[in-house]
Amino acid sequence: MASPTLNTTADVRGLAALYGRILAARVRSDWQYRTSFLALVVSQALVIALELLTVLLLLRLVPDFGGWSTVEVVFLYGLATVPFAISDVFVSAVDRVSNHVREGTFDRILLRPIPPLIQISALEFELRRAGKLIPSAAALGWAVWRVDVAWGPAEVALLVLALASGTVIYSALWILAASVSFWTVNSREAMNAVTFGGQFANQYPIHVYRGWIRVLLGWGIPLAFVAYVPAVRLLDPANPLGLPRWLVFAAPAVAAASLAVALGVWRTGIAHYRSTGS
Amino acid sequence: MATSERASAGHRSGGPVIDLVGVDKTYVVRARAGRFRRERREVAAVRDVSFSVEAGEMVGYLGPNGAGKSTTIKMITGILTPSAGDITVLGHTPTAERAALTRRIGVVFGQRSQLWWDLPLIDSFRLLHHVYRTDPERHRQNLDAFVDRLDLGPFLGVPVRQLSLGQRMRGELTAALLHDPAVVVLDEPTIGLDVVSKHAVRAFLAEMNRERGTTVLLTTHDLDDVEELCRRMLIIDRGRVLLDGGVDRFKQDHGTERTVVVDFERPVPPLALDRAAVVQIDGPRQRLRFDRRQITAAEVIGLVTATGHPVRDLTVEEPDIEELIRRLYAGFGEAGDDGSGGAPAGR
Repeated sequence: MASPTLNTTADVRGLAALYGRILAARVRSDWQYRTSFLALVVSQALVIALELLTVLLLLRLVPDFGGWSTVEVVFLYGLATVPFAISDVFVSAVDRVSNHVREGTFDRILLRPIPPLIQISALEFELRRAGKLIPSAAALGWAVWRVDVAWGPAEVALLVLALASGTVIYSALWILAASVSFWTVNSREAMNAVTFGGQFANQYPIHVYRGWIRVLLGWGIPLAFVAYVPAVRLLDPANPLGLPRWLVFAAPAVAAASLAVALGVWRTGIAHYRSTGS
Repeated sequence: MATSERASAGHRSGGPVIDLVGVDKTYVVRARAGRFRRERREVAAVRDVSFSVEAGEMVGYLGPNGAGKSTTIKMITGILTPSAGDITVLGHTPTAERAALTRRIGVVFGQRSQLWWDLPLIDSFRLLHHVYRTDPERHRQNLDAFVDRLDLGPFLGVPVRQLSLGQRMRGELTAALLHDPAVVVLDEPTIGLDVVSKHAVRAFLAEMNRERGTTVLLTTHDLDDVEELCRRMLIIDRGRVLLDGGVDRFKQDHGTERTVVVDFERPVPPLALDRAAVVQIDGPRQRLRFDRRQITAAEVIGLVTATGHPVRDLTVEEPDIEELIRRLYAGFGEAGDDGSGGAPAGR
């Protein structure tokens, strides 16, 4: 079932160029309705800003937030939200596959010589989602600047690794959620609970949760590896869960494994696709 | 134009370009049964369908709604996986080698656009050029040729959503053929089109077939599509192929009946004409059925006007494909043997 389209680096480069072109076409389409487009960008940015405000308010009410300071919690928040926002911009649109499946337009996608996942994420790309990236990146930037970490090459590498792995893990989650629509139509709401819900839970230090939620976030939906594990390693405040220091290096492996599982489910879903009446 | 000899590019082996052997497609349908229980039921959309299409053929694939036409098309193009049987298209197994196959076939779905809705038509063509990574020179040649023949020039810069259906369909044809496919599969390419656009679509397909040797398989409701384009037709109903043969033969055998609809100024008693029988009366309107081999439409009209009743309007109706298939299915004129005794009327 593997798509045999990607054979050489030239193929990959061609595909990347094409992805860019479809994205550009998509943005040109959006720009036809520019007022609504701009309003949406602003509203997306506001949603994230309000989310951050909630975290900060909570910190004022509960001064001892699992032993973490405000900067540290904001750092964690940024670490959790920036990869989420990146995957939201580039990958989350794959959940639109449920519309394509329901309306039968997925047929068309299968008829083009490009992996369907890449087509949908490009076709359904919405620049307005980038609105989320602005406040979350600002929060992370501020926290990186203020937090008590001596930023050497190792720390920077760790931060980049954490952001990259986190983006992949969230992306895998989106793909997995999108795949469900090959079996049941109208799955989007349920899957949003996993994606958006997981992201929300991931904004707080995991040790404030009960045990079963911790297990779920660590190993079920491995979001702990996105923010909490690297944050503990970098900030090293109280390590209340006694996490081993090497655990942070598991993140790329967890990311790769998540992606492999998600892609496998996605391919099985396509083979299971039923189309609709003409 | 030097676009002629690229006939069915890349098809190596001499065998059929499309080959179906014993193909089944069953769907599992879950219907509600009782308050919480759901019943699992298998529905066969296509049953034991076998046929093959040779390079350069134009074949009409006909059948009423729900007969299994689209399901067959979707299996041939790799969208759906057959439940049983084997399909080979240009040497590829469609679902397993979908990506490779997509580069060599063109597909038009009459009811579903492959164009970018909010972008000018030309932008879709540019994107498809990159999607298929066709040679830039070849792309330009094809585009110029298609723009010229389908008269796309005036609306190339118009967003697709603002195009008329006929304009859009001409765009769809271009989009499906820009990458020089050896096989084109069309699902209801003329549905909803006006006469002029239908003609444009047919003329273009015929030209592609003649000049480039493109193999064409099309589903349709419209018998005229088949009459104008195809020498061979397949009729499918309830998932089974009922007939596979020449279009001329089929028409001779089954399509000789015509109906004249006469609107009189006021209701008149049923006409009693030779070789044309009144089958329905609706106020001032009477429908007269006749056999084309026994009497011409002109003669019937002559007889009608000769009755002296003032006539307001006259139309001649051909039996539609659904009607013919219904009769075929009901076993009317088994293989046409009943009618062939009569002298075929010269055209």
